[in-house]
Amino acid sequence: MPASWYLALSAILFGLGVVGFVFKRNIITIFMSIELMLNAVNLALVAFSRQLGELQGQVFVFFVIVVAAAEAAVGLAIILLIARNRQSLNVEDVDLLKL
Amino acid sequence: MTLDAVLFFVFGGIAVAAAVALILLRHPIHSALALIVVMAALAVLYLLQGAEFVAAVQIIVYAGAIMVLFVFVIMLLNAAREERTNLSRAARYLGVPVAVLLTAELAYLVWHASSANPSQAAGRTDVTRPLALMLFRDFVFPFELTSIVILIAILGALVLARKEP
Repeated sequence: MPASWYLALSAILFGLGVVGFVFKRNIITIFMSIELMLNAVNLALVAFSRQLGELQGQVFVFFVIVVAAAEAAVGLAIILLIARNRQSLNVEDVDLLKL
Repeated sequence: MTLDAVLFFVFGGIAVAAAVALILLRHPIHSALALIVVMAALAVLYLLQGAEFVAAVQIIVYAGAIMVLFVFVIMLLNAAREERTNLSRAARYLGVPVAVLLTAELAYLVWHASSANPSQAAGRTDVTRPLALMLFRDFVFPFELTSIVILIAILGALVLARKEP
C-alpha cells in the first residue's frame, strides 16, 4: 500500500476527531475525541516513517503516546474535580468564563 | 488486490466505522469501547507498515492502560447518557461543512506531500532493535524528559483528585 492511503485515512480519522470535539457535549467523550486525533497523527507519523525509510517517526509516536498518557492522567483528574464540584459532565454547565 | 490492500481496507474501514460510532453513540462507555476498537484497528495498520514495536505499545499502553483509565473514570462518575442539546444554528450550518472541508484539505495536502517523493527503502524488517538504539542514544535527553513529564503528571493527578480535608 502506498503511504498516501494511510495518510488519507489519518486525515479522515483526524477530521472525525475534530467533529467529535466540536459536537459532543459530554466532557469525557470530548476528551476521547482528542485521543482519537492523537491516534490519527500517530498513524501519519508511522506512514511517513515507512515512506522515508527513517525511524524517527516511530520514535515520535513513542513520545506522543507518553505525552497522551500523562495528559489522560491529568485530564481525567480535572474531569473528576469538575464532576465533583458541579454534579454534571455536560460542558454547557461549565460556563464561568462565558460572557 | 494483494493481502496488504485487503487488510488495509478491512481494518481502515473498521477504524473509520468505530470513529463514527464514537461520535454517534450517546453513552460514554459505548464511546470508550468504540475508541478501543479504533486503537486495535490502528495497531493492525501499524503492523502492516512494519512497525511492530509501535503496534505492541499501542495495544499495551493505549488500549490497555489509557482506555482502562477512561473506563474507570466513566464508571466512577456513573456517567449517564448524554442528553441531546440543541446545537446553535452556527454550529449546525457551519460546523459540518467546516469539518468536511478540514478533512478534505488535510487529505489533499498529505496526499500531495506523499506523492511528491516516491517511497524508497520501504519494507525493512527488524525495526525494534534500531528503534531502541535510536531511542536510547540519539533521543536519550527527550527520553529522560518524558520521565519528568510522567512524574509531574502523577503528582498533578494526585493533587487534583485528592479530596479536600
